[in-house]
Amino acid sequence: MANKFELYINTPDRVFYQGEVNMVELATTEGEIGIYADHIPLTAVLMPCTLEIHEDGENKKAAVHGGIVEVLPDKVVVLAEIAEWPDEIDVNRANEARIRAERRIASHEDGINMMRAELALKRSLARLGAVD
Amino acid sequence: MASMRDIKRRRDSIQSTGQITKAMKLVSTVKLQKAKGKAENTRPYSDLMYSTVCNILAKSDNVDHKYLRASESKKKAIIVITANRGLAGGYNSNITKLITDNPEISKDDAVIFAVGRKGKELLERKGYKIAADYSEVINEPMYTDAREICDEVLKLFSEGEIGEIHLAYTSFKNTVVHNPKLIQLLPVDPDISSDADDDIPMNYEPNEEEALDMIIPKYMCSLIYGALIESVASENGARMQAMDNATSNAEEMIADLSLKFNRARQGAITQELTEIIGGANAIE
Repeated sequence: MANKFELYINTPDRVFYQGEVNMVELATTEGEIGIYADHIPLTAVLMPCTLEIHEDGENKKAAVHGGIVEVLPDKVVVLAEIAEWPDEIDVNRANEARIRAERRIASHEDGINMMRAELALKRSLARLGAVD
Repeated sequence: MASMRDIKRRRDSIQSTGQITKAMKLVSTVKLQKAKGKAENTRPYSDLMYSTVCNILAKSDNVDHKYLRASESKKKAIIVITANRGLAGGYNSNITKLITDNPEISKDDAVIFAVGRKGKELLERKGYKIAADYSEVINEPMYTDAREICDEVLKLFSEGEIGEIHLAYTSFKNTVVHNPKLIQLLPVDPDISSDADDDIPMNYEPNEEEALDMIIPKYMCSLIYGALIESVASENGARMQAMDNATSNAEEMIADLSLKFNRARQGAITQELTEIIGGANAIE
């Protein structure tokens, strides 16, 4: 069996996940990464993304929205501002948010609205990705 | 000796006060249970965030970052977390005392960001400058509230309006122990020692500076949120204790007054009897 490491996912309101896992996939500001045990130490800033936990052939998905991740050889700490399991996500709402954000981006408004729309799109995609 | 009627009136009034304090104690107990659960859920996040940031700072000693440098401005922003309501023993005044009795904080340099009406009123009366009032927040603190406060003070800090950011709150140890605390948020104390005894070099994504740019506001946010949640728990704990004391004081007074009342009644009966006997003797 492959090496395992401790994964902690915490949000301000609760301990979201804690356990031994084989691999975790998530997206940082620099791109998507997969983390196995004995990864080099790394501190990175999380983007809104679908986080995937691989645990003994079983996969769990969750949506996380922003935060930081600290990778140490034997453990990974994810400090997310919001984290949701698929059954906590309202699919229709996420879909509507995605359409709204896409329209806003298509209309080419400038400045802060654009950034906001892009973030909203990322969040809705993270949610939808977790549900699929 | 006071008349029977006076004693009875006094006893009744204390009894109804006792009923109120008892009810308030029960309400606080329920609220405390809720707030305590919330505080326990939040603590791992704040603790991990704190140790992560300590780790980062310990492993990058020579980073020159705007959040780590002492600013030229002498002004100090203080986020003061108190309650909106009183009747909680020394809960509110303990926090304000932290500020008024601190020799390092002068009245002219302090800029208060008040969370909780009681603290705001107490400090306003003493002549401190209140920059903002977030009293609504303390009823039901949310993470977005913490972020709002955080953004506001960080903006002032990066504009150079203020040189230091402090946070005054009541930390919640357990139901009976809560300590008022004043901590410095920014600039982050570079001497924070880390428990990590390993010397693994840390990698950053993106680079160190940009990572700190994003991590430090999150770190502050989580500390402020943790402080809000713990303060709510402490407030209810303090009120529960205060009301418990008030109820037992009321019971003591009632017992004392009951004794006095019974004595007065017995005295009145004895007096009446002697009068009747005296009257009967006079007739014979």
